[in-house]
Amino acid sequence: MKDTNEMEIIFDSRSENEGFARVAVASFMTQLNPTVEEVADVKTAVSEAVTNAVIHGYENEVKKIHIRCRIRENIFYVEVKDTGRGIENVEEAMRPMFTTRPEQERSGMGFAFMEAFMDQVEVESCPGKGTTVKMRRAVGKGREIWTTQSL
Amino acid sequence: MKYQVQENCLTIYLPREVDHHNAEEMKREADAVIDRNHIKYIIFDFEKTDFMDSSGIGVIMGRYKTICLIGGEVWAVHANARIKKILTLSGVTKIMQIYEEEEA
Ligand SMILES: Nc1ncnc2c1ncn2[C@@H]1O[C@H](COP(=O)(O)OP(=O)(O)OP(=O)(O)O)[C@@H](O)[C@H]1O
Ligand SMILES: [Mg+2]
Repeated sequence: MKDTNEMEIIFDSRSENEGFARVAVASFMTQLNPTVEEVADVKTAVSEAVTNAVIHGYENEVKKIHIRCRIRENIFYVEVKDTGRGIENVEEAMRPMFTTRPEQERSGMGFAFMEAFMDQVEVESCPGKGTTVKMRRAVGKGREIWTTQSL
Repeated sequence: MKYQVQENCLTIYLPREVDHHNAEEMKREADAVIDRNHIKYIIFDFEKTDFMDSSGIGVIMGRYKTICLIGGEVWAVHANARIKKILTLSGVTKIMQIYEEEEA
């Protein structure tokens, strides 16, 4: 099918890989001709999800984090998955300022940032099995409107 | 971590990317400097910074908690539009002033 593309990466849940994950996703995204702002938004959201997998999912143990990206026309999908401890109450976890680690100076803003910077954020989690964060973002919305208007 | 101490004021020159990976070390180093120099004011200098996520918010909030006990303040300088957006969204601007330079 035209206008679709996919990639997957699997890497160790070490904090030094957080930067790698952001850059890998951002460079895959460039084929959509995103604006600087759109790239920054996706990088922030990916950074939040990966950091959560490292800190909360695996509690700093070294296991694998999976990222899967899909492009369908101008929609960018990214999923970040860990097979760590999972989340008991997803709704509560997603509330701004909610954190289970105040002693580690977490501010509880991770999910709030993901929701602010992506069009849609879905969290599937099972205690003891792991967490998958599925995010979606339309890229180049502004340009499309501009093209239709100028015709 | 690059920093400068002038009397009871600490300026922290933040790196290009402030994420969980480099935040941890910054917290440790900053706390040692704050303790040793009786710091009351902290300036976060974002001149070189083009990426920050919630881990950076944790760094700011954590240092503020320490110095607010002695009536201290935290400031942000040289924040670009992106960084300002992150600071505002997080609500950290309730406790931190953003220093705006005059239009050049
Ligand atoms: N992958 C995950 N596995 C297990 N628990 C998670 C995962 N992601 C998030 N959580 C839980 O959800 C809570 C909220 O996450 P969120 O990212 O919003 O805040 P935080 O990570 O605690 O703080 P911040 O992101 O501001 O540093 C976490 O404190 C944690 O309890
Ligand atoms: Mg988080």
